[in-house]
Amino acid sequence: MKRLILMAFMLISGFAFAQTEGYKVGDVVKDFSLKNVNNKMVALADYKDAKGYIVIFTCNTCPVAKAYQERISALNETYAPKGYPVVAINPNDATAVPDESFQKMQALASEKKFNFPYLLDPNHVVTKQFGATRTPHVFVLNKTDKGNVVEYIGAIDNDPEEANSTKVEYVKNAVNELSIGKKPAIASTKAVGCGIKWKKG
Amino acid sequence: MRLFFIICLSLITYCATAQVKLLKLDELDKRIANGKDTTYVINFWATWCSPCVAELPNFEKLRLANLKKPVKVLLVSLDFKSKLQKEVIPFVQHNKINAEVFLLNEPDQQQYIERIDKKWSGAIPATLFVNKKARRFYEKEFTETELKNTLFNLK
Repeated sequence: MKRLILMAFMLISGFAFAQTEGYKVGDVVKDFSLKNVNNKMVALADYKDAKGYIVIFTCNTCPVAKAYQERISALNETYAPKGYPVVAINPNDATAVPDESFQKMQALASEKKFNFPYLLDPNHVVTKQFGATRTPHVFVLNKTDKGNVVEYIGAIDNDPEEANSTKVEYVKNAVNELSIGKKPAIASTKAVGCGIKWKKG
Repeated sequence: MRLFFIICLSLITYCATAQVKLLKLDELDKRIANGKDTTYVINFWATWCSPCVAELPNFEKLRLANLKKPVKVLLVSLDFKSKLQKEVIPFVQHNKINAEVFLLNEPDQQQYIERIDKKWSGAIPATLFVNKKARRFYEKEFTETELKNTLFNLK
């Protein structure tokens, strides 16, 4: 009997996992329109000259996301002029964590002089479409005739604390490869990050 | 007299830091291999991970319920190494955690995530139940009952 209950438990938790599945490498992304910290709406289609996008789920409070803030700005600085802008989305819910509010996002963006959009995703709609599970979580997209195709999913690099002597910069490598018409050699990576703070109830 | 003070001082700092040891995966593997009939319940957590912090008391209950059995609860923090003194040790002291606490000392998470379990996405909390005969990995939160049952059913 005990074992039966345990099995039922596992099945339920298995289902809970299955429903959070999102895009995989090769999938075409549905465009979105989300409010930026400057109160203007941003959609991928707004970037007429883009060759692709670096979509990053990041937030105000996660220590791992904070450690990457400057690297995210640097990515945009390097790659926006080359046609691959950073589009950052905060997947967290402010009723679950008050410091994730839109006002706090605005404060952070101005304090850190974010040179990229930092978008609010009310009710996690876009977060769930992508299947983002943590912050930071990156999706590199390539603009094609079919639409925006996911070419890389995972971490920015393998060095969150800037202490790894064998650093590999996954996102940079992926975008560099895409920009010369190649597929990224490493198309997905794993990373420890902060779980998304989902709306309660 | 001065020497006495120095000894006292270093003893105090030793005690304060001794609570959380740095851990390499090789050391963990060695410990499991030398563990004879011991089952290790290894929880991966971090001070910044709220569901992890919420389930820590369940691991303490599991530890207390198995004091006389060959079961060891190890709490392995994935906090940044630079946060050891400022955040991890104060957290362990403040929450009076009595299980063995470590901070994972591996620079490349790509490598260590794969090494701990191929199916692991890197999300925490995650828990490994391991002894010489069995190895089960779960990327999920555990209730007290689930912990008890999972340990009980481990073959």
